[in-house]
Amino acid sequence: MAVFNLNVNGKKRKVDVDPDTPMLWVLRDHLNLVGTKFGCGIAQCGACTIHADGNAIRSCSTPISAVGDMEIVTIEGLSPNGNHPVQEAWIEHDVPQCGYCQAGQIMNAAAFLKKNPNPSKEEITSAMSGNICRCGTYTRINAAIQTASKKS
Amino acid sequence: MKLNKGMNRRNFLKVSAASGTGLVIGFNWLAGCTPTNPEMSVPKSWTDINAYIKVADNGLVTIFSPNPEIGQNIKTAMPLIVAEELDVDWKKVIVEQADLNTIKYNRQVAGGSQSIRASWDGLRQAGATAKHMLRQAAANQWKIDISEVNTEGGELINAKTGDKLDYGDVAVAAASLPIPEDVKLKDVKDFKLIGTHVKNVDGEKIITGQPLFGIDYNREGQVIAMLIHAPAFGMKLKSYDAEAAKAMPGVDDVFVVDTSLEEPQWSDVNAFNELIVITGQTTWQVMKAKKAVNAEWEAVTPLENSDEHFAKLLDGVERQKGRVLREDGNIDAALQGAAKVVEKTYTAPFLAHNTMEPMNFFAHVTPDKAELVGPIQTPESLRGTIMKVLGMNEDQVTIAMTRMGGGFGRRLYGNFGLEATLISKKVGKPVKLIYTREDDMTQGTYRPAYRVKYTAGLDENNNLVAFKAKAAGIPGSPLFPDRFPAGTVDNYKGEGVNIDTNISTGAWRAPRSNFIAGAEQSFIDEVAEASGKDPIDFRLELFDRAINNPVGENNDYDAARYAGVLKLVKEKANWGQDMPGVSRGVAAYYCHNSYVAQVVDVVMKNNEPVVQKVWCAVDCGIVVNKEGAINQIEGGIIDGIGHAMYSQLTFKDGKPEQENFHQYDLIRNVQTPEIEAFFVENDIHPTGLGEPSLPPVIGALANALYKATGTRFYNQPFTKAKQADEILVG
Repeated sequence: MAVFNLNVNGKKRKVDVDPDTPMLWVLRDHLNLVGTKFGCGIAQCGACTIHADGNAIRSCSTPISAVGDMEIVTIEGLSPNGNHPVQEAWIEHDVPQCGYCQAGQIMNAAAFLKKNPNPSKEEITSAMSGNICRCGTYTRINAAIQTASKKS
Repeated sequence: MKLNKGMNRRNFLKVSAASGTGLVIGFNWLAGCTPTNPEMSVPKSWTDINAYIKVADNGLVTIFSPNPEIGQNIKTAMPLIVAEELDVDWKKVIVEQADLNTIKYNRQVAGGSQSIRASWDGLRQAGATAKHMLRQAAANQWKIDISEVNTEGGELINAKTGDKLDYGDVAVAAASLPIPEDVKLKDVKDFKLIGTHVKNVDGEKIITGQPLFGIDYNREGQVIAMLIHAPAFGMKLKSYDAEAAKAMPGVDDVFVVDTSLEEPQWSDVNAFNELIVITGQTTWQVMKAKKAVNAEWEAVTPLENSDEHFAKLLDGVERQKGRVLREDGNIDAALQGAAKVVEKTYTAPFLAHNTMEPMNFFAHVTPDKAELVGPIQTPESLRGTIMKVLGMNEDQVTIAMTRMGGGFGRRLYGNFGLEATLISKKVGKPVKLIYTREDDMTQGTYRPAYRVKYTAGLDENNNLVAFKAKAAGIPGSPLFPDRFPAGTVDNYKGEGVNIDTNISTGAWRAPRSNFIAGAEQSFIDEVAEASGKDPIDFRLELFDRAINNPVGENNDYDAARYAGVLKLVKEKANWGQDMPGVSRGVAAYYCHNSYVAQVVDVVMKNNEPVVQKVWCAVDCGIVVNKEGAINQIEGGIIDGIGHAMYSQLTFKDGKPEQENFHQYDLIRNVQTPEIEAFFVENDIHPTGLGEPSLPPVIGALANALYKATGTRFYNQPFTKAKQADEILVG
């Protein structure tokens, strides 16, 4: 066990865990931030996507020891009131079905749009293909990202 | 209209007594409910009107959604139906998930696309009954007849004076009134909410990451539990060494539980009853300890392989005598006399459900009660199993249903709920059981593997005169003998063959239809081609036959509605219009009481076929929530295309060869087509929508791929399986 000082959603958080503990389980089990989801554990589905210094990363495969003082943002901290342009577009397009993968989809989309504010449809589908939606809401996800790109 | 559960006087009184009082004071609606009109004040009191509805003093209305939510959006649609009849402004409505309560509610099941169809009348009645009581209370206050009290948007209006009261003003008085035995339901043409586009009631919580799912549920003092099941179907535990695992930090214990049941019910399907359990403090610690357990397993029944499955299905269709499921006319004579005969065989592999939320459940068992919380499509069945295994009564076992991160049929089978219960009983603490993805994918309850051989005969005028289907499944025949084309052809024979297996299987979104529709509609396309007719015209001719002069009496579809969706998709997609570079395929299918026809457009990009667009016409009767309905249709289409193109679960020595998403391909964003959906408008009571768009798209896809590539696709998954004729006839 070791003590780590994290910067999560703009707050300093201290946790005492094994250094190999993935950020996913630090967030879910130790910081009670359960919006980040467990899907595969091997960075294949994107359900656990969070931001580290603005980059979308797979928290299931990122040990806490690799995080250091990076600014971590989870779905709970993406915006103060669920009003990030991507979140608003998600509501406008009524994207979710079961909803389980959507936090990861939103985090991936938000990081992508920050780097590429006016993406083509091809760039969107390519950037979002690491995130599985088992319900098949992909067409709505893409429409929402297009809407968000116009707003942001 | 007769009263349903939840409104019957005696049942309702029982319910009120059970909850202590009909009046719930000080309920904090901000804590547990959907976002609503922020302008409204916080209510001071709530009054139960019936099992579905409670009204606050300030006019807010809570509507309970009785059924489990797996992403089919009934948590929005079911309360919407209640709200329609209650005549309440949707902005004033808070939706809450009901717990399992078989006294109050009917059929709390998510399965068979039946939630709306089975509850349509009851939900309307719940709203209409409450509205009647609120109107009566207002009439009493105003000293006028109830017929002079109108309602609109949660307000009561005095027709004589124009005075207004809010539902909240009369809720307490209304609750004490006699429950009307007979209430008038709205005319369909007066619907204000039903048929509109209403957003998911959990949308805001989903996009902000609020705890909604079973896996998000935590209880003070709980332990985390994970399992190790046998690595292969047919194996059981021989011995295990957990010393190293037990010594790891955060690990409480490692032990074996046996979940076998003396009299299992259908929902207890499970191949792995003897399980090594690891309990501990945090998920990661338990996950690591799980890998440190050394277990030896031994084969007790044959270890099956995919090659052998293929051979068994081939043998079943080609050589075994099938069970005759339907026979019209004389199939052999008709085929002998036919001018042309077409014969083709189709196959599909086992599939895993792969819900994005892996199986999990919370259980807390004490000597006198069992409290369960989690994702389950069949809470009543699970309660029955828990009662039996713990020797408890119904009122000692509670099940709270969480939103589910997907179901697709997997959560009809509640072995994980039983496992959590037995672990909690053993450790004497609250337990949260979690599967890893690998546990989930290799646990079983798969879609069976299938094969079907079709033979059709055309006469010299290219009319269909004979149709034969022989279908085999591991396990279970996938054939629906009374569905199209039965009823449209004089000589028909349907045969089914069952092949046993030790691999556990179960319902997977649109069971049996998820294979047979694609096969049948691909075959019909090939027969239409042999007849020289347009594939839509060929089908419409058959439906004309079934409309005017059906063969047999047990046909379970309405041929006119079937033809209706085909005509609609033909019109909307501009079928027949030349579209350079676009290859089109069509299919139509009936299941879950709904009719779907689709046109798939495929284009070639870099010499590879790409699905560009799917046009989909649906007749599901009245559409309750257009937004949710379209979302379901889109999801079913993407699910169908994805599994037909990419997915399979194969076995080597009883062991699933795919354990996680690096080996099991699911459709990805970049592979997804554009989709446009259209509804047949009618006043027929609503029918299924969670499943019906999936089955036919596989046929329309195969037919479009043929037009694009010249290759007929007989074997799923289309991108991986060989399509050559020689392996089809063996």
